[in-house]
Amino acid sequence: MGTAPRLPELQECLGSAARDAQERANLAGVRHIVLVLSGKGGVGKSTLSTQLALALRSAGNRVGILDVDLCGPSIPRMLRAQDSAVHQCDSGWVPVGVGQDSAIALMSIGFLLERPDDAVVWRGPKKNALIKQFVTDVAWGDLDFLIVDTPPGTSDEHISTVEALRPHRLLGAVLVTTPQAVSVGDVRRELTFCRKAGLRILGIVENMSGFVCPHCSECTNIFSKGGGEELAKHAGVPFLGCVPLDPQLSQSLEEGKDFIQEFPKSSAFPALTHIAQQILDTSKRSS
Amino acid sequence: LAAHLSLSLAECPGTGSAQAGRAAACQGCPNQGLCAAGAAGPDPAEAAELRARLRAVRHTVLVLSGKGGVGKSTFSALLAHGLAADETKQVALLDIDICGPSIPKMMGLEGEQVHQSGSGWSPVYVEENLGVMSVGFLLSSPDDAVIWRGPKKNGLIKQFLRDVDWGEVDYLIVDTPPGTSDEHLSIVQYLSATHIDGAVIVTTPQEVSLQDVRKEINFCRKVKLPIIGVVENMSGFVCPKCKNESQIFPPTTGGAEKMCQNLSVSLLGKVPLDPQIGKSCDRGQSFLAEAPESPATLSYRNIIQRIQEYCEQHHFQEEKIM
Repeated sequence: MGTAPRLPELQECLGSAARDAQERANLAGVRHIVLVLSGKGGVGKSTLSTQLALALRSAGNRVGILDVDLCGPSIPRMLRAQDSAVHQCDSGWVPVGVGQDSAIALMSIGFLLERPDDAVVWRGPKKNALIKQFVTDVAWGDLDFLIVDTPPGTSDEHISTVEALRPHRLLGAVLVTTPQAVSVGDVRRELTFCRKAGLRILGIVENMSGFVCPHCSECTNIFSKGGGEELAKHAGVPFLGCVPLDPQLSQSLEEGKDFIQEFPKSSAFPALTHIAQQILDTSKRSS
Repeated sequence: LAAHLSLSLAECPGTGSAQAGRAAACQGCPNQGLCAAGAAGPDPAEAAELRARLRAVRHTVLVLSGKGGVGKSTFSALLAHGLAADETKQVALLDIDICGPSIPKMMGLEGEQVHQSGSGWSPVYVEENLGVMSVGFLLSSPDDAVIWRGPKKNGLIKQFLRDVDWGEVDYLIVDTPPGTSDEHLSIVQYLSATHIDGAVIVTTPQEVSLQDVRKEINFCRKVKLPIIGVVENMSGFVCPKCKNESQIFPPTTGGAEKMCQNLSVSLLGKVPLDPQIGKSCDRGQSFLAEAPESPATLSYRNIIQRIQEYCEQHHFQEEKIM
């Protein structure tokens, strides 16, 4: 004859069910999740994540950014939030409000460091544990878009992020490259990662694509040209556009300014807003 | 209630350490059970093996950054070429960027495979005196992705050091991925079997890069890795038409110069942007050989010389002590 479970076990079961419900609840109000990936470092993932968020916000959407680059968290500074702190509420951590009217919700390990120069020297298992917490324990509330910025590579952070996000509404991944072959070489591997992980590829962005001299308007292809577009064709994925090198964009990122609001005539503006529009269109078709 | 994680440096004692699973920092780590049950400590036989293999390496230089895409691999490749220009020197270039191995392409060795002999894995030779090893040589297609978690990456790095028959080497240059994680902890741990002359840290002028590079400098200090100096890459662009200079990656907080002053680290030099650099890398050619008159080449050569001088002096001092 079976015995009723001992009271402690029953409590454990309830605790676990409540925890599962909480995990689902924190992302339940997020309509679309967009991952920003690359195989290559320094191509502009964080830049694109930030500008995409600002452009989508500017078009009236509710936006959040999750920065899972634990070793090199760039997003807080890009949105002038490097001195902010994270607070807790009943449902978990409260993301920091950044940008105009503090309307963009941001979570980054940058907010959890005691000193900004502290290095996070963690091996994989500890990184995985924090990423899972970032996905399940942050009270995102109702968002139209959650942009997830990642570090370069195809390792712990990427595997854990995709695993943690799988039960939720992942719209897909945007892959960023610069035009050169050395970059494209790494992004090909990232495409393989996406395919193996069953991630929809929203498209490829070719960043740092040409520099127009502000003095004489001569265009120099400092990091070559066309590699991203060719890769998209070769891989059969959408090409979202070329973004040129724009010193006003770099300056805005350094100072935490809203490039989309303040520099609509600058050379990178049309390409960035076009990318945001394509993501918006894709999300409408998926809803 | 402000949330803070106490993130002191190198909290994870290492899965091979005697403290594995038992240290205070292990609380809450998903691997705690595994570590506590398993590892008995660092394997002395393994350490001896590594020491034997690396005994004939005279100088080791690590090329680091906190930040991705600043030019570590470009710099490592050109440092290797620069040092190997002296035919009496034997140079080895080891690429431990397991997920994004750029070195084979930059050295014109794409498609090459690793051969095994009785004495171990053979490096792939660009010149007689310049040998290269990278995970890139173990992949059969340019689309192959290495989707590994930390422990597997560490295993391969150990194999690179233990199983590759480098022979007698004057300079071993190690190119690393961005960050401060498994690969960095492991390479410092494994190379403690030999000695590391020091680290060269690469950055670009902007604060977005510098904020990651300060973390890397802190990492070096905590693991007692000497810092040879910092290289500021992509430092200004001169328009080939009108010759005006633009700061594409602006040094809004004083660039590497100010950071080096603040942190008492040497600034080895500044390298300007030159479209030929990217082209040479993509074609697997040495930029130093293809554009000998470029201001960037001049900068690289000065920096390489300073690194050489540092290593020679360091060696001399060590011999004096012994």
